[in-house]
Amino acid sequence: MDAFEILFTASFWVAAIRIASPLIFATMGELICERAGVLNLGIEGIMTAGAFAGWFTVYAGGDLWTGVLVAALAGAMFGLLHATLTVPLGLSQHVVGIGITLLATSLTYFIYRLALPEVTSPPKIEPFQPLPIPGLSKIPVLGEALFSQTPLTYLAFLTVAVVAWVLYRTPVGLAVRAAGENPSAVEAQGISVTGIRIGAVMVGSALMAVGGAFLTMSAFNSFFFEMINGRGWICIALVVFGSWRPGKALIGAILFAAFDAYQVRLQQMSGGIVPYQVFLMMPYALSILALILVARRATYPKALMIPYQKGER
Amino acid sequence: MRLEPKPAPSLALTLLFPIAAIVATLLITSLLVLAAGASPLSVFYLVAKGAAGSQFALLETLTRATPLIFTGLAVAVAFRAKLWNIGAEAQLYVGGIVTVVLGTGALPLPSIILIPVIMLAVMLAGGLLLLGPAILKTRFGVDEVVTTLLLNFIVLLFVSMLLEGVLKDPMGLGWPQSQKVIAEAQLPRIIQGKRLHYGFVIAIVSAIVVWVIMKKTVLGYEMRAVGHNPEGARFVGIPVNRVLMKTALLSGGLAALAGFSEVSGLKGNLTLDLSPGYGYSGIVVAMLAMLNPLGVIASAIFVAGIFVGADAMSRVAKVPSYIADVMVATSLLTMVVAILLTRFRVRWR
Repeated sequence: MDAFEILFTASFWVAAIRIASPLIFATMGELICERAGVLNLGIEGIMTAGAFAGWFTVYAGGDLWTGVLVAALAGAMFGLLHATLTVPLGLSQHVVGIGITLLATSLTYFIYRLALPEVTSPPKIEPFQPLPIPGLSKIPVLGEALFSQTPLTYLAFLTVAVVAWVLYRTPVGLAVRAAGENPSAVEAQGISVTGIRIGAVMVGSALMAVGGAFLTMSAFNSFFFEMINGRGWICIALVVFGSWRPGKALIGAILFAAFDAYQVRLQQMSGGIVPYQVFLMMPYALSILALILVARRATYPKALMIPYQKGER
Repeated sequence: MRLEPKPAPSLALTLLFPIAAIVATLLITSLLVLAAGASPLSVFYLVAKGAAGSQFALLETLTRATPLIFTGLAVAVAFRAKLWNIGAEAQLYVGGIVTVVLGTGALPLPSIILIPVIMLAVMLAGGLLLLGPAILKTRFGVDEVVTTLLLNFIVLLFVSMLLEGVLKDPMGLGWPQSQKVIAEAQLPRIIQGKRLHYGFVIAIVSAIVVWVIMKKTVLGYEMRAVGHNPEGARFVGIPVNRVLMKTALLSGGLAALAGFSEVSGLKGNLTLDLSPGYGYSGIVVAMLAMLNPLGVIASAIFVAGIFVGADAMSRVAKVPSYIADVMVATSLLTMVVAILLTRFRVRWR
């Protein structure tokens, strides 16, 4: 098979959608935070915490959906901590975000070692199984790619629809967007900017954590150190690439994942002529390239990273 | 809740806040120690003993502090100008690469010339690595946080590629490691037979030099002005972009020196585990020092002490050594709150 034919195989697109799923959750999470005016650099650590929390819940005897819920709650708690420091206290979102990533990651590793002191290879769980949708999954290539995934992937796509609907079609969404563009206007409506922002960061962080949990509960069946491997930072690039719109960000995530799935296959075909590290670098390099391409015409939420103090202009 | 500015605190009060942050950190992390079924007091005692309880422990802490002083300085310099360099980890590894490229026999020079040559090349390479994101920030408006973070992953893969390729030690039994640097490229040990090396002295000197640059030179003044208020700085005629470029070169160069000092002074060669996250810990070191270059020395020794002490503690008590990482991360967050409280008074309506 040559390098071009791969693009028309169902297995390639099934892999691409699977790789996209955690990115979709986390990108939606970051998007919500940023639309409300808060850059959440805790994403990488929150995904780590979510990956562990979901997996560990199932390992400890909970069912899979309980695991997803626990992951989301863990994410929301770190979101609350992030928001408390950055919203009412107005601390640097850069420093606090990195601090949350360091804290969530180290706390996860600490609890992992505490709970499983002796294990050398992490125990496995029974992860989410593919749930082909009758009929739809029989459509060649596209249907197989989209409709023979695990329930968590369907949830990822549903999340995009819900986020888009809430942001653009509901009063809450309007308040969130306004909190990121023109917070005084929100306050003038008698709505608390602080409350909206804290809520957005908590919900966003919960989604990031579910994105992490996808890795341990659907893509793989175990928790490893450093398994997030920069996916959080890539999602931040995807939010910019998607110009803060859920639909565009979804397309960006799928394109990115397709590229990632493609480089793995190219790597297998190259037969070791090109060092495998070159292929592994590509996703990160691609993210930087995407940022450069869109940066000039990127329209950031106007109040992004600007703390809001009531009664100040 | 409202935040009201308050007058600049006295020096004594300024010194009190890091201590308050550390006490808060100990209180918070003692909950985790309790969860591990150990007594916080005895665990913290063991950490302190492991960090400073003997000559061996103390020297080990100073050895571990050496790369942290460099990365802490790198972050302090960059953050002062609000250039968010989260890429010290990558710059450190680039410093390691340049050290082994030049130090494994390519330049047959005496030590007194070879080491300064390597240091200059290392600083240049680290500086250039950060110059990229700095240019992307000023030219294209690309957020440097994300680019420097992503570069950490790219550079680590690049190191892995070199160590399995052109820099691979033919005598390394297949391990991904470089050859050892020649004797002339090694930094001598300060005390014969101990691990503490002259990289520590270079780190202290660097901190003093950076302090002088920040406090006594035009560049330092411009960097602080750009960090404080870029619009205002531009308005009074400071070439903001050029200042950011210089900041990037200095910051990246300092972080790269951490890689040089670890290879030349301690490890002898380049491996994929040269740094257990010194680049990221450097952020905490810089914040604990409130971005003061001389304060970086103290905070680097403190952070190093936590890591060294926790390693020793976890061999005795049944508390995972990751408690050190939790303490360091927690202290970053308590410290930013403490700094806020030096500048503002919280009014509950």
